[in-house]
Amino acid sequence: MTGALEARLGVRRGEFELDAELRLVPGTVLAVVGRNGAGKSTALAALAGVTPLSSGRIVLDGALLDDAGAGFVPPERRPVGLVLQQPALFPHLTVQDNVAFGLRTGGAPKAEARDRARAALDEHGLGDFADRRPAQVSGGQAARIALVRALVRRPALLLLDEPLAAIDAELRPALRASVRAVLDSFPGSAIVVTHDIADAEALADEVVVLDAGRVLQRGPLGVLRAEPSDPVVSRLLAGAAPNAASGA
Amino acid sequence: MIAPAVLGGVLLAGPLVALLVRAPWERMGELLAGPVVLPALGLSFGTAFASTVVCVVLGVPLAAVLAGSDGWPRAVTRVARAVVATPLVLPPVVGGIALLLLLSRTGLLGRPLFAAFGLTIPFTTAAVVIAQAFVGLPFLVLSVEGALRGVDARFTVAAATLGASPWATFVRVTLPLAAPGLAAGAVLSFARALGEFGATITFAGSLPGVTETLPVAAYVALTNDPGSAIAIAVVLVVVALAVLLALRERWLTGLRA
Repeated sequence: MTGALEARLGVRRGEFELDAELRLVPGTVLAVVGRNGAGKSTALAALAGVTPLSSGRIVLDGALLDDAGAGFVPPERRPVGLVLQQPALFPHLTVQDNVAFGLRTGGAPKAEARDRARAALDEHGLGDFADRRPAQVSGGQAARIALVRALVRRPALLLLDEPLAAIDAELRPALRASVRAVLDSFPGSAIVVTHDIADAEALADEVVVLDAGRVLQRGPLGVLRAEPSDPVVSRLLAGAAPNAASGA
Repeated sequence: MIAPAVLGGVLLAGPLVALLVRAPWERMGELLAGPVVLPALGLSFGTAFASTVVCVVLGVPLAAVLAGSDGWPRAVTRVARAVVATPLVLPPVVGGIALLLLLSRTGLLGRPLFAAFGLTIPFTTAAVVIAQAFVGLPFLVLSVEGALRGVDARFTVAAATLGASPWATFVRVTLPLAAPGLAAGAVLSFARALGEFGATITFAGSLPGVTETLPVAAYVALTNDPGSAIAIAVVLVVVALAVLLALRERWLTGLRA
């Protein structure tokens, strides 16, 4: 089991300030929920190394990734996978070469990387799409391919930013189940950013409620439901997704 | 409204119509294979190809630097941009004179080059390529820079989190996604190079087979061998139309945008 995370994330951007502590036990899944502008995506960007910290520190499995100073490890050298809401499959590569991409950057020879990519796609029931271009797969398939692409690198920590938000509502439960299955077999830990409580309920062991850059409350979903610390928490957990329409 | 519009159309299309009507079509094959046109044809396509390669090799890094220049002080980016765009608005003859002042045996850079290596650049085929690259480079740089800026940041973020260094991300993701812009820029700079006259005749002269490209040959031939001049003009029109055709999507959408 990997993915022990100790992080205090301080990011300043104009008026907005994120100041949030996140802790993860290896092998667990944490959902981060909150309204638009709560700082959810900023938190993921800081963990992935896309946005450097302005204060705080990130330690993953004992290794320092960022201390808001000289300790900054760039994204390409972090054992962290990131799957964006828009899956961002490279349009000029086939599905198989998309999955092989992260193995090639790790130094695997081309043939070996392609073989391993193919095996990973087969394992997740996506082998039929190996030779297609991203433009030729559905949104749900693209989301699953992006997940496989991040997982073949065996990251210690997997970050999912609204993995189901771009998917049609009627297809979401099935895809949610397949994401759940993938996360169950994943030895690292994961953070799922979502505005949909159903995602948090299905995928996560614990929930963090983020608002205006601060952690309002954290705990198992049942506890948060029973004893919300703040009206924002109870509103968010009421099931209605306050920003579902805008999708960000 | 109608009359000036028609007049405008005539101004644009009329010269081409006249050229095509008056071209000595029955002698075209003979003229193109003749001693005036054929060497110029080979030289022109050879040098235009070489200068396009120079533009790509120098222009892609330049475009990449400019595309990543948002963090620079404003004054610096403005100056850099002005330097890149200058050949677009500079009279080509001025470009030729400036190149002479830089690269002639007494020039700023030419003097040490001659002293150290005995190298003389003006009035050689290399000078033709340099003159063409000078006028063609802005097309390549501006086209590629626009294409690089148009690449969605999601792809570069995804590449980085998949272990790609900034260099690997550029080579394997950003540049392939900007390939249409690179192709368009290369075609434009090739076309510009093929039509280059002012800087070439000033900086490289008109030595048949060495520096006499198609436009230079056409100009030289016009007084005593107008048939050859017109044949060359027809060739250049055909190339221009081919370029227009190759880039039709781009300039159509460019004009709409």
